[in-house]
Amino acid sequence: MSEMTQQRGRADPAVVGETLVEVKGLKKYYGGQGVLADPPVKAVDGVDFTIQRGETLGLVGESGCGKTTLGRTLVQLETATEGSVEFDGTDITELTGKQLKQWRRNAQIVFQDPESSLNDRMTIGEIVREPLDVHEVGSPRDRRDKVKDLLASVGLQPEHYYRYPHQFSGGQRQRIGIARALALEPEFVVLDEPVSALDTSVQAKILNLLEDLQEEYDLTYLFIAHDLAAVRHICDRVAVMYLGKIMEIGLTEELYTDPANPYTHSLLSAIPEPDPTVEKERITLPGTPPSPRDPPEGCQFTTRCPAKIRPETHEQLDAETWNAIERFREVIRERSRIDLSIRNRIRRRVGRFSKYDDIDETVADLFDGTGVSEEVMAHVEQAADHVKDGYPNRAREYMGEEFDSVCDTTRPDLYTVSPTNRLSYCHRHTDEYESVDSVLGRQSDGE
Amino acid sequence: MSTPPAGDDRHVPEDRRTEEEPILSVRNLQTVFHTDRETIRAVDGIDLDIYEGETVGLVGESGSGKSVTARSIMGLVDEPGEILPGSSIKFQGEEITGYDTKQYQNLRGSGIGMVFQDPLSSLNPVFTVGNQIREALKVNRGITGEAAREEAIDLLEAVQIPDASRRLGEYPHEFSGGMRQRAVIAMMLACDPEVLICDEPTTALDVTIQAQILDLLRELQEDRGLSILFITHDMGVIADVTDRVNVMYAGEIVEKAPTEELFAAPSHPYTRGLLEAIPGQQAGQERLRTIEGDVPTPNEPATYCRFAPRCPQAFDDCEAVHPELVGVTEGETEHTAACLLYPEDMSTGEAVAYHERLGGDSSGTDESGAAGDGDVAADGGRSTGDRGRDSVDGGDGR
Ligand code: SF4
Ligand code: SF4
Repeated sequence: MSEMTQQRGRADPAVVGETLVEVKGLKKYYGGQGVLADPPVKAVDGVDFTIQRGETLGLVGESGCGKTTLGRTLVQLETATEGSVEFDGTDITELTGKQLKQWRRNAQIVFQDPESSLNDRMTIGEIVREPLDVHEVGSPRDRRDKVKDLLASVGLQPEHYYRYPHQFSGGQRQRIGIARALALEPEFVVLDEPVSALDTSVQAKILNLLEDLQEEYDLTYLFIAHDLAAVRHICDRVAVMYLGKIMEIGLTEELYTDPANPYTHSLLSAIPEPDPTVEKERITLPGTPPSPRDPPEGCQFTTRCPAKIRPETHEQLDAETWNAIERFREVIRERSRIDLSIRNRIRRRVGRFSKYDDIDETVADLFDGTGVSEEVMAHVEQAADHVKDGYPNRAREYMGEEFDSVCDTTRPDLYTVSPTNRLSYCHRHTDEYESVDSVLGRQSDGE
Repeated sequence: MSTPPAGDDRHVPEDRRTEEEPILSVRNLQTVFHTDRETIRAVDGIDLDIYEGETVGLVGESGSGKSVTARSIMGLVDEPGEILPGSSIKFQGEEITGYDTKQYQNLRGSGIGMVFQDPLSSLNPVFTVGNQIREALKVNRGITGEAAREEAIDLLEAVQIPDASRRLGEYPHEFSGGMRQRAVIAMMLACDPEVLICDEPTTALDVTIQAQILDLLRELQEDRGLSILFITHDMGVIADVTDRVNVMYAGEIVEKAPTEELFAAPSHPYTRGLLEAIPGQQAGQERLRTIEGDVPTPNEPATYCRFAPRCPQAFDDCEAVHPELVGVTEGETEHTAACLLYPEDMSTGEAVAYHERLGGDSSGTDESGAAGDGDVAADGGRSTGDRGRDSVDGGDGR
């Protein structure tokens, strides 16, 4: 087997390949129907990309960025809210009934958690055979033989056929999950965090196995992971997601060594390298991602972006003050999402609302000792007064009018940022603004 | 910060380890779990020292015994688990293995704090975060009323939870994963601990949030002089936060070294295998190196090398002689490995004989009895001549 992998050339599929999956304008929203409902969760909010036959596309991002939902939508475990997924030219979001069942054979998924994704009451043989039974492939005897072949190709023994999942280690259970996914000889497999739950030394074996199987069965993978190291090892191209949007997509090595998007920069810089002598310029992102029910109007990353474009009027503010303002806006945003009780609404109407007086402590915590100008402070206090009156939404709008920039108000486009057609979603890729590298470089020099 | 060098009978200056007692010192810790069929030696005779203000890493895969080590220190080993007699855990010079429940509670309340992988296991879902921190302040430090509220706000601000005063009134489920872990750390700080044991505290978090928590722990350590035992499976995190590392395998510590040294010159074949198995160091052309076989369950006394069935360098003696922790070169005390190939400047025959001799010594009574070579081997930390101390004293810029 090792010979095989050595011979294996990684031709550049982005250049020579033939498209297997083409995703256009795909959206997946949850909830939000009905007049009184909360706004929908925009798990996937308009993504476009293609996957070439035979390649491994990585999909990385933090929890809640929509990567798992996207993977599940591609194999029709979720129904798309909008957009299309073309598989060999057929839009599979339109398929129903028999056609859908037929198509499903072609696209399988391996789940993260080998503990819960296998039915503990079935033997390994039954688990792997189940899809063959459902689709009535060949005679029962054929099926049994097929399962034994599959077990062998994922590195299990024929006698494992009659054992139960709980008798296996995590790594072996993941092998079973993989065998099952391959039973119907799919062309396309979504691997949803297949090694995240495993120990390092077991991970390595599963990654090697996945590569071998890809070679053997001509598989096309979508490899979903939050572990950027595994992705770098196994993927030809990578897409980086944040809050339902693809921030950057391109060839793996290029993207890892020379990221274009500020989010990719931040994400890569946050991985602790297994080498204590590496002194990384770590960008520690402030705060947490905003709620996918209430994403920013402009760029999804605007509330945490280290390279965010500032409004012209506040260009000269020092970094500390600017950061305090951003954090204050985050606090207000969170408060504006809290519903008031009826009692407090009445109090608010008669001007006796006091629940939010504690905003002053937060203002003090954020701005004391920052050397903030009187002008900025006046705006902050004005906004704090709105909060105290019980109207955090007004505070939010007020701060927005004063401090919003193009990043807050306008969705960026995807720009081509390299000769290999890597794409990045950021306003800074236009001539109008200083480049991402230059801004981030300036910041780390200043520190 | 206030550790008196209790009962210090050594008086070689220069080196802080000879002046100072470790704040936490583990000797020959053996924690076993009894089942119907067998006794599992989850932690099988390990030694560990943590000095004030340093971060010591304990790294290993599942089943290595690293978490059981933490739970043993915290007094959280329950039936059918048992800490065997002969094990010693000293906190600030005082033996704690004999503590009763009440004493352990006090210890957890004011001496040693623990942060688990799952913050929800440390938080009560039916009380607000503020309530829980105020309760900790009341019980452990006698602070109540408005003073407690203010201290609680200060603590949440210290762990960088924004809008602290509002968040005091929220329940754990209203916090995000990263915020919950911060809240747990705040609760631990409410107890003003000397030592913080972090058991995979960032494993369940996203990398950008992990980076925040690691930065936070670093800051807290600088501000409060905390000593940290950091348990993880992630070599990247180890490289990032620790000063010294202990590598665990099947209940035993197989290698100890200052962090940079461990990564620059990993010596135990297991450590090497583990580092080589990490993907993504460079382009994805090559096949990943793997370690054959699985981690064994340590269910009998180690009279041989537990790594032998998987070791690419194993030879006959590995099945018959138990490797002791010895210097990777003769006389080396900071970097030790439990492998018959070391000290590497000895011939294999000499080395094997050396291990046999040490094994003979230390299987008698520990500490007091062990002399000469055995002392060095059993405790890589205590002797003079250690390098890399400056990195512990802070200011190495990380
Ligand atoms: S568009 Fe603005 S907020 Fe978004 S990544 Fe670019 S600079 Fe950052
Ligand atoms: S003692 Fe032998 S088997 Fe054990 S690690 Fe050393 S060489 Fe390998």
